[in-house]
Amino acid sequence: MERKIQEQHTNNDLLGTISSAQENGSGRVLLDYLKCAAVGVKIDNIKRSFGDNYVLRGVTLDIEPGETVVILGKSGSGKSVLLRHIIGLECPDSGQICVAGEDINDPDFKKNHVLAMVFQSSALFNSLTVAENVALYLREHKVFTDESRIKEIVSSALDIVGLQGQKDVMPSMISGGMKRRVAAARALVMNPDIVLFDEPTAGLDPMMTRTMGDLICDLKHKVEITQIVVTHDIDLAFYVADRIAILSEGCILEVGTPQQIRGSTNSAVMDFIKPQFE
Amino acid sequence: MNSVMVFFRITGGLLGLLVETLYWCKASFSNSEKVFAQLYIIGNQTLPVGALIALFSGGVLALQAGPTLAQFGLEENVGGLVGLSLVKEIGPIMASILIAGRVGSAMTAELASMSVYEEIDALKTMDINPVRYLVMPRFIATVIALPVLVIYMDVIGWFGGAVVSVVNPEVHLSFDVYYRNLAELVDFTAVMNGLIKAMFFGVIISIVSCYVGLKTKGGPREIGSSVTKAVVMSFVLVLVSDYYITRILLFLNLD
Repeated sequence: MERKIQEQHTNNDLLGTISSAQENGSGRVLLDYLKCAAVGVKIDNIKRSFGDNYVLRGVTLDIEPGETVVILGKSGSGKSVLLRHIIGLECPDSGQICVAGEDINDPDFKKNHVLAMVFQSSALFNSLTVAENVALYLREHKVFTDESRIKEIVSSALDIVGLQGQKDVMPSMISGGMKRRVAAARALVMNPDIVLFDEPTAGLDPMMTRTMGDLICDLKHKVEITQIVVTHDIDLAFYVADRIAILSEGCILEVGTPQQIRGSTNSAVMDFIKPQFE
Repeated sequence: MNSVMVFFRITGGLLGLLVETLYWCKASFSNSEKVFAQLYIIGNQTLPVGALIALFSGGVLALQAGPTLAQFGLEENVGGLVGLSLVKEIGPIMASILIAGRVGSAMTAELASMSVYEEIDALKTMDINPVRYLVMPRFIATVIALPVLVIYMDVIGWFGGAVVSVVNPEVHLSFDVYYRNLAELVDFTAVMNGLIKAMFFGVIISIVSCYVGLKTKGGPREIGSSVTKAVVMSFVLVLVSDYYITRILLFLNLD
């Protein structure tokens, strides 16, 4: 699989992924910085409603340390809401989410664990340059007192996502795909225990979609970080996932490896993953 | 009943944001760069327009009051009348309206846009408190800038009044008489009175603008309606609180 990814990189000049960055040594700085302490996630019977709209109706899912799990579902099935619960932006009506055995709503949780998210809209700060966006977490939390170390990490992260030449550019001057990769770099420099991707390929062209897919695969293989990817892109899901969870109307329909999902006899799952045009 | 609930929800939200902002003021020195950046933006947006407004406001005060006072042989009091009107009421109110319209609206638009495009959520996921990072620098900058702008507008307004008093044949005062009377009547307490009001108005405008911006949900249309809401709310609260602040200052013999 790793060789397959590397072959794809050599065929694509746009890809500035971990493998190529590692080859020239520039990505090594970030890889050395990442602690790679993969942790597991336990989602236990999460329920959430907005008024009369029951978005999550008892979601239960276990994610192993270092695993890449894709939550697949059609629009409006509650995927992004589930992701917002995992990162702590929303509180469930009932149920519990634990990371490495700790409830994410515990006051001390954020002292012990860092969860990073790549938003669908990228959510870059327009008043900051690309490099300043990536460095924001390091500067605000004073992770390093040495500014040259921050610049080194940021430079390495931008190199890994293939945007070394764009560091002084404002976000408004770059494309949607590049913004998504800057957001990924920003997530990586946080040295996270888990990275969450919300629709990482929404609105991207096929080449950029492949770039994002390769980046997620590289993080899985080279950094062994736990990743949760929410998408309705079936090709991406089967490309990057160790396991796929199918979410429909606020419930997990089925969880399994890509092969198990392809062989599912559940009609709802079959309907969802069948080719759109035949 | 629904309107009452909304009133209490907004009032509670504003007070909650104020308390949290005051708490985060402890981090103002380590965030001084952000505070200075906001001060620069406020100055850049308000000083030229403020000068123009103040010049003509002082002028129109002299134009209205001068001939009337001259009918009673009291035209030498124009300086004091213009001076006191500007420092106590017109200066703080005009500066507040200018800040709410130009700076407050921009604050609301920026924060509303950040809310709609998930940037506030991104800050939270990075464990960066949005109140510390976004609201506190704007709050401190507005509370500092508004009194400074009032002094600046007062001085220019006095000059506007002086020019009209000298040029207007119905009043026909000299600069010397105008400024001597102004200096006799406008004392330190009167100036402080206006500056205290300006500080309170700065608190109101920054907190209202940031609160409405942070609470924006939806899309681009909601950003526009939030800006309108923040400006109207700021105007109303500034004018209503002006009355009560004046009552308190009178009670404390500071007026």
